[in-house]
Amino acid sequence: MTSARRLALVLAAVFMTAAAACSKKAPVVQPTPPAPTVAAPEEPRPAPAEAVPEPVVALPPVVREDPIASASLDDLNRNSPLKPAFFDYDSSELNAEGQKALTENAGVLKRFPTWAITIEGHCDERGTAEYNLALGERRAVAARAYLVSLGIAADRLRVVSYGKEFPFDPAHTEAAFAKNRRAHFVITSK
Amino acid sequence: MYRMCAMTTTTALLAGAVLGAGPGNPQAQQQPPGSQQPTEITTTITSEAGATPRLAIPDFVTIGTEPDVAAAAKTLGQVLWDDLNFEREFAFIPRDTYASIPRATSFADVPFDRWRELNADGLVIGTVQKSAAGIHVELRLFNARTRQSAYSRQYDGASARRIAHTISDELHTSQRALKGVALTKLTFDSDRDGEKMTGTVEKRETKEVYVSDYDGDGQTRVTLGKTLNVFPRWSPNGQSIAYTSYRRGGANIFISNIYKGTLEELTTGKDESWLAAWSPDGARLCFASSRDNNGNSSLYIVNRDGTGIRRLTNHPSINISPTWSPSGTQIAFTSDRTGAPQIYVMSADGVGQQTRITIGESYADKPTWSPAPYNEIAYTSGAGVNDIKVIDMATREVRQLTFGEGKNESPVFSPNGRHIAFTSTRTGKKQIFTIARTGKDVKQITRTGNNEHPDWSR
Repeated sequence: MTSARRLALVLAAVFMTAAAACSKKAPVVQPTPPAPTVAAPEEPRPAPAEAVPEPVVALPPVVREDPIASASLDDLNRNSPLKPAFFDYDSSELNAEGQKALTENAGVLKRFPTWAITIEGHCDERGTAEYNLALGERRAVAARAYLVSLGIAADRLRVVSYGKEFPFDPAHTEAAFAKNRRAHFVITSK
Repeated sequence: MYRMCAMTTTTALLAGAVLGAGPGNPQAQQQPPGSQQPTEITTTITSEAGATPRLAIPDFVTIGTEPDVAAAAKTLGQVLWDDLNFEREFAFIPRDTYASIPRATSFADVPFDRWRELNADGLVIGTVQKSAAGIHVELRLFNARTRQSAYSRQYDGASARRIAHTISDELHTSQRALKGVALTKLTFDSDRDGEKMTGTVEKRETKEVYVSDYDGDGQTRVTLGKTLNVFPRWSPNGQSIAYTSYRRGGANIFISNIYKGTLEELTTGKDESWLAAWSPDGARLCFASSRDNNGNSSLYIVNRDGTGIRRLTNHPSINISPTWSPSGTQIAFTSDRTGAPQIYVMSADGVGQQTRITIGESYADKPTWSPAPYNEIAYTSGAGVNDIKVIDMATREVRQLTFGEGKNESPVFSPNGRHIAFTSTRTGKKQIFTIARTGKDVKQITRTGNNEHPDWSR
């Protein structure tokens, strides 16, 4: 045998030995899969056929436009949903009618919780300009206190007294005086 | 009373000197025309038997032919006559008799004999001519009997009216030891402009503050609020007016410095402050506010610059309408603590007893304390029918000045205490009137629109 043939044989033998070693080792190294303790995830079933409708805009139920919510401040005050509370002569106590008006006003203010209002106190022309300032103030404050007692936040209610400066009815009659002794409500923001 | 003062020449001169230097001539912008020193010893004109001296005031003598000099001469005679007549310290020769007497052309040819025939005790003779300042006026008060000049002065100025007012005050001072009011001014609020308030839908009319001379001349608006600017009150130095303004929505006290055109806010940050009243020294103001008495007005005191606000009344009732005593030690005000508004007096520091002074009134408000030498409080009496009454603080006697001629309210004294300005509806709308403290001599001051809430400068 030539040395070249011997080398080739040796090499071939080494190669075969190595190959045999590799094939024998593989099952030893591979870990045994553990016995399944939970169910294997199922294959997802094919989804049923899905309906794909074209989206159609659905209009809300038709409602009448709310004239109060949509009105401007000036329009609101011109035809105010807040009713004045009237007072007896030289009095700042709310009578039953005044309380009723304020209860209704409180309902409006609850319905429109963003509104802020000014409560104006007014007097009839009898008596002095000076004392009537104080009397008008008492009337406005009485109206505010009543609204607060009905759950309206005090910081929505500003008070101002105009005394006898702005009669609602300028006539010099008892009927006019009765209209002029009032707490008047002005919506100042909404 | 002034009339009780000794009428010596010395007293009169002293009074004149004090008046000239004191607050009687306050307006820096409107200094009275410069008057020069008397050229002769001042003496007083008297009547026989101590009766009211009878004066004649013939038309002023014109030097030169300019038409505006003639107009000035006419104004000088008329306004001086009105000013002197206002105080009722002199009697006057009826003017329709003047025509029969030759007119003087200078101080040298005054027909004294003819004036004596009309029983004149004194003659006011003046000359007027054009000058650099406008007009130059020379004035003499002659004793019609001795033909000597009892008073002699010269004046330079632009306004014949103002010169006449100055002459009147000087004659009252020198002849009657009386502080006249011819240079004083009124303030009041008015709706005459017919402007509408913004921010309301009710077409409410604005009210603005006006000033005028004491006789109603020169009515001038001094506020531009386009709102309610009401209840104006002169500062003691006559330079500023405090008033109640709704320009911030609620009511607050503002001060207008009317000759500077500047505005100050006295009560800031708190609404519902009304009816400022200056202390006699001008350092503080008293006002009413409901800021912390649960809707009831209380009285507060504040420094002129808005600092140091302090509450004066602590009573669960309405306390409003403050007025200071002349010395500044007491404040009179209105309270409804007994059920109806009545007038009370307390110490200006708020300490001590609060004494009710109106007895037998069903309704009393808007007290105004008179200046010295009187010690009186004028007020509005009644609710349905308002009338002006005055209570003497020494005797507590009450006298009534108006008797149902319309609604009469808001009385305020002239600085010499002899007159009262007030609001009345006797001619229809609300107008300002003046009346003597005796109840005589009613005079209408305003005629346009509604005019209310007068105050009289010091």
